[in-house]
Amino acid sequence: MSSEKKYWKSAEQLKENSPLVEALEQSEFAEHIPADEFLGDKEKLEGSQTSRRDFLKYVGFSTAAASLAACEGPVIKSIPYVVQPERIVPGVADYYATTIANGFDFASVLVKTREGRPIKIENNKEATGLSAGKARVYGSVLDLYDIKRLQNPQIENRDVTWTEFFTSLEADLKAKADKKTYLLTHTFASPSTEKLIKEFQENYPNVVHVVYDTVSDEAAVDAFAAKYGYRALPNYDFSQSEMIVSVGADFLADWQGGAFDSGYSKSRVPKNGKMSRHVQFEANMTLTGANADKRVSVKPSLQKQIVVEFYNQILGKVATTNLSTALQTQVDKAVSSLKSKASGGAIFVTGLDSVEAQAMALEINEKLSSKVMDTGNPRLIRQGQNSKIQTLISDMNAGNVGALMIAGANPAYALPNADEFTAALANVDTTVSFSMKKDETAKLCKYIAATPHYLESWGDVRFAKKDFSLMQPTIKPLFNTRQFEDCLLKLNGNSTKYYEYVKANFKSTYEGLSWNKSLHDGSYVYDMDLPQASDVPDIDIAAGAKKLVSQSDSEGLELTLYTKISMGDGSYANNPWLQEMPDPITRTSWDNYVTVSQTDAQALGLENSNVANGALNGDYVMVSVGDKKLEKLPVIIQPGQAPGSIGIALGYGKTDAIQEEMQVGVNAFPLYQNFDAHQTVRLEKVSGVHEFACVQLQHTMMGRRDIVKETTLEIFNTKDKHYWNATPEVSLNHQEVEVTSPDVDLWDEFDRSIGHHFNLSIDLNACTGCGACVIACHSENNVPVVGKSEIRKSRDMHWLRIDRYYSSEDTIQEDYELKNDISGLDSAIGTYGDLESASEGDVQVIFQPVMCQHCNHAPCETVCPVAASAHGRQGQNHMTYNRCVGTRYCANNCPYKVRRFNWFLYNQNDEFDYHMNNDLGRMVLNPDVTVRSRGVMEKCSMCIQMTQKTILDAKREGRVIEDGEFKTACSSACDNGAIQFGDINDKESVVYKKTQDDRMYHLLEYLGTKPNVMYHTKVRNTTEA
Amino acid sequence: MKKSMERPFILKHFLLVSLLLFTFLTFAQDTAEGESSGYGSYVPEVVLNSDPAKGKELFNSLCAACHKRYKNATGPSLHRVTERREMDWLYEWIKNSQELIKSGDNQAVELYNEWNKVAMNAFPQLSNQDINDILAYVEEPKPEPKVAVAAPAGAETQGGAGISTEIVLGLLAVVLLVLSVILYLVNKTLNRFAEANGIPIRADKPKGKPIWVAFAENQFLIFVAVIFLLLAVAWGGYGFLMQVGVDQGYAPIQPIHYSHRIHAGENQIECKYCHSSARVSKHSGIPSLNVCMNCHKQIAEVAEETQAEGKKEYGVDYNAEIQKLYEATGWDTSTQSYTGETKPVKWIRIHNLPDFAYFNHSQHVSVAGIECQTCHGPVETYEIQKQYAPLTMGWCINCHRESKIQVGDNAYYEKIHEELSEKYGVEEFTVADMGGLECGKCHY
Repeated sequence: MSSEKKYWKSAEQLKENSPLVEALEQSEFAEHIPADEFLGDKEKLEGSQTSRRDFLKYVGFSTAAASLAACEGPVIKSIPYVVQPERIVPGVADYYATTIANGFDFASVLVKTREGRPIKIENNKEATGLSAGKARVYGSVLDLYDIKRLQNPQIENRDVTWTEFFTSLEADLKAKADKKTYLLTHTFASPSTEKLIKEFQENYPNVVHVVYDTVSDEAAVDAFAAKYGYRALPNYDFSQSEMIVSVGADFLADWQGGAFDSGYSKSRVPKNGKMSRHVQFEANMTLTGANADKRVSVKPSLQKQIVVEFYNQILGKVATTNLSTALQTQVDKAVSSLKSKASGGAIFVTGLDSVEAQAMALEINEKLSSKVMDTGNPRLIRQGQNSKIQTLISDMNAGNVGALMIAGANPAYALPNADEFTAALANVDTTVSFSMKKDETAKLCKYIAATPHYLESWGDVRFAKKDFSLMQPTIKPLFNTRQFEDCLLKLNGNSTKYYEYVKANFKSTYEGLSWNKSLHDGSYVYDMDLPQASDVPDIDIAAGAKKLVSQSDSEGLELTLYTKISMGDGSYANNPWLQEMPDPITRTSWDNYVTVSQTDAQALGLENSNVANGALNGDYVMVSVGDKKLEKLPVIIQPGQAPGSIGIALGYGKTDAIQEEMQVGVNAFPLYQNFDAHQTVRLEKVSGVHEFACVQLQHTMMGRRDIVKETTLEIFNTKDKHYWNATPEVSLNHQEVEVTSPDVDLWDEFDRSIGHHFNLSIDLNACTGCGACVIACHSENNVPVVGKSEIRKSRDMHWLRIDRYYSSEDTIQEDYELKNDISGLDSAIGTYGDLESASEGDVQVIFQPVMCQHCNHAPCETVCPVAASAHGRQGQNHMTYNRCVGTRYCANNCPYKVRRFNWFLYNQNDEFDYHMNNDLGRMVLNPDVTVRSRGVMEKCSMCIQMTQKTILDAKREGRVIEDGEFKTACSSACDNGAIQFGDINDKESVVYKKTQDDRMYHLLEYLGTKPNVMYHTKVRNTTEA
Repeated sequence: MKKSMERPFILKHFLLVSLLLFTFLTFAQDTAEGESSGYGSYVPEVVLNSDPAKGKELFNSLCAACHKRYKNATGPSLHRVTERREMDWLYEWIKNSQELIKSGDNQAVELYNEWNKVAMNAFPQLSNQDINDILAYVEEPKPEPKVAVAAPAGAETQGGAGISTEIVLGLLAVVLLVLSVILYLVNKTLNRFAEANGIPIRADKPKGKPIWVAFAENQFLIFVAVIFLLLAVAWGGYGFLMQVGVDQGYAPIQPIHYSHRIHAGENQIECKYCHSSARVSKHSGIPSLNVCMNCHKQIAEVAEETQAEGKKEYGVDYNAEIQKLYEATGWDTSTQSYTGETKPVKWIRIHNLPDFAYFNHSQHVSVAGIECQTCHGPVETYEIQKQYAPLTMGWCINCHRESKIQVGDNAYYEKIHEELSEKYGVEEFTVADMGGLECGKCHY
């Protein structure tokens, strides 16, 4: 059997007879209702000022007052346009293709606007370059409506007009012509911006341009430049891969700009009995490691040895490595696998911030003649030369800098030596920040040019050598802002607008391309040469390898800094959607923390504990690298963390231009010494207990089994479906009958063969757990943000959660045998208990997105006393908010725990001061979906507003609906192809074929709920060699 | 008998007063009288042998799009044009103005430049006689005094009628009062006579139980009464609660008095000309002001009769309301151009569905082909828009139960229709049969 492995969500569940886990499995709402404390104390009750009569009086009065107040309706004003723009029809959404390029995230996107307001970011599926949707990209629309945005340009903290701003700035710049003017920017990757900066340098010959990436990929760029002559990064098409080896490269998250996951997922779905194999050597438990077939947890110093060992075995020996036998075996197996893929399906990547290691990876891939790595169309989205920052700082200290202009970067927050930078900044007279917010850097500058959001800007972006993308505004600037490029044009004395500049540049550069069509599509392809890199580093691989090997035996713990899929480099810190998005691995939101291994935690006496309601607490530690210290960071004991290593996420701990509620976590950039993510650190336990907002024990499936199904490629290919994906059986007249049989059904089946019948399919092989669907769902369905303390009380409102289950490695096969031996409950418990030690060693991870399963025989519907939950014939389980009286019986009776209760009013309530509490933030709300009020239950509607719209459009146009037209927010957000949606009454549809797939199963199928959401068994490729 | 002598005297006075009033009112009505029309002091030569009635027809069909008689519009006002220009020049200009400009005629070029170089259409089909007719119509003097006097006079008549009704009612009340006083006095006098003559007056019956006491003692009656009382309270309470939030008949005063009666009724403008988004969107849309200006650039004033009717029937000055539109859009009538200063109109929304109910106009208007009037009532007769339907859920549901789906030539319905007819053996289906009663279809 596939799923008789022991899965756990938290180490707490591995403790035998944990009263907490039991309690959580027994009760839907973990929080104990304090009736006894409240009513049990007789003295207190009698001493109370409010008598029962008083209480009744108050109740009577307030009821009467409320009903009287309700009698008079409000007067609602309706204000039409004076001149209605031709394209806008109130109530009909418009879509525009544009591009996000903020120096960290680059992607072609499609923007949904309603009445001129952008309300949702979607995938631009027709885009040629980077089209992959990420949680952060989907969440970026909320940043447009950030109340902390700058509304006017400022000089010395005083709002000014743009005329005054430029008069003063130009005078200042001209006065400083004898000194250097530094222009510090993030990577624009924009041909027009680069041209403009060149023109600016012609006008002001003293301008030095420094490009700086918050999270650096300089080593990889240098290695590429040394080998291929361009400052770029290779592109990887993982859909071609057969054997993937990654040493510390988290390529499913933000490694080298990320967005490799859709290709990766394509190679991970077994087709004709084949799928790729993925071996990951890493220290932190990352998204990539979680998806690997074989994950080997090794600390960074050993990763360096491993890279050298791979190079030794594939290209020839350069340095002697010193690996343990177990590791050596793993490397040997991986090498032979790599070598056996003669057709070019082998790929080797590494995330080490070392030029030599990156150069070795390039050599290895060349030797393997990998077709996965594409050096002909390299990526240009990381251009930072962070080493030049030090020159800038010393120049500033020496008093050589007359003016410093900073665009898009926030060095005072994100530099490892931010304090040094801040101190040096005092030596510069003219400081200019082009910024959307008055952040850590902007507040130190004399001039702050308020810049618009990317949804209000023009631009062009070159993702890769051949892949271009255009940026266009989707709304008139909300504030008195001016984009960086427009400011440069003004300083250049050029009176054209940046829009005209981009257009003219386009027309003169790309022959044979139509501006209008390219703007409409959002992207275009054009083959144009790249400039040769000027200062190419010399790389001596042999010497580098010796250096890498020598670094290996380090004392102390080794730190790997990483960026979270929700928070990135920290520029989204004031975005409540992303703050509340649980980390895919730790399932913790609203925080960063130190992840440590069980072994190290024990050695240091660090503990995690769950309090009575299931919320997670953790000890604090002090982390220090050299003389840099982070005083107080909470600890999470992370299964799969390599012993001797720890991990900390960057991007937290911002305090400027950010709402108080969002000021969480600790800034880890001070530890990012020399822009190297790997550091040697000391940990010290300090006093105090941290309260996490962790959802890993929440919404458990009541201890029921058969949740995730998993098998190996070998079994999948050789055995019958019944062996690895059996339909559960129940007893009928002492005969075992499949639960899907109508004979065992208590209910009469409705005929759903007429009209549409929607089904949602989730492929556990294609799902990487990235969480893009979670944010897309927030955006589409007006899901409220509840805040850290409410999340801690299991009151998260996510309609769609991604469960993460751990299991012990290498036990699938054993489990089959063990399971067959199990007889009776006692034996079962004992057997599972044996697997407990797994949490300390290597673990495997499975992600499972769970939303309302839209059961045809829904347990929630039958228990609703007011029929607020009912079934539609199209398969959707309807939740009628206006009927709901909030008994919560449905949530109690739901076996999947997908119903969410509005404990409070989450909009226009100062207690929940997130985007729904201000006029600006509410502009993001989807007008087609009700904003729920307090006291009602809500849940996934299978995006009924989207299916209804598709149907209506077809009716109006009098045509048949094609397959692929029906979508939900999650299915259209998932470019991995893990979530598919459609009409199973259309026998040609993709989703119908999915129902016929051997891997298909339903969640908790033995309950007979007949869900309309199906899952596809996870297949792991354990075939070695 | 002193008192009895006085009574005829009071009556006489009343009669006199009423008679006087009546004669006055009749006289007042007679004063409303029209005034004869004519060309007044200036009589242009062209008028002499032409037909202004025919000219009016031609003017309305050809010229009225750009010209007004007494006011500048897209083109200049035409009244007294024969004074300003030679007749021959006018013939040439009207037949082909562009040619005249090209020929370098001073007057023509000047005129062309003055009016922002907007070329006037050529009308080569007009004969000189036609042009004469038009000019004759154009030169009719502005009939301002007539309307101005007539309207208030009409209003006064109306007012007079109102007063007389009140007076008649008042008189009747007084007469009634007087009669009862007389009755009382007569009764009293008779009693006195009877007393004086010794005729015994019949005494009252011996007093029994008062009826309410009898009622209170009868338990059955009490029981029945209580039941009735409770039922009445329940009925009343239910009725009261059911009308909470139902705003049927809601007709708020709008910032601009807009008459659907004139637009949709008299002028027969199709609803969806202005409410165009009803075809494609969930909202029918309150038309943006540029849609109003499509017509109202030309129509700065309503017809005299309409204006009069508005004042009389609805107490509204339509022309002033049009001025409000101009103010909102920033339209300067003197220069015939937009100033750029706009003041969006804050209409008061009449049809308010709760936020948790999703309603889509295009589904009903475009797909189902329902007339606007089905839900909005005879809008073309409404001077002030009001909520016609109760807009309750029961009202929606009833319609969904009864309405048949227009499967017609809609390819979308083909397969579903076929399958449904096969299953149920009937040809027509209601919305409810297709799932139109499901909660989630409107609540999400």
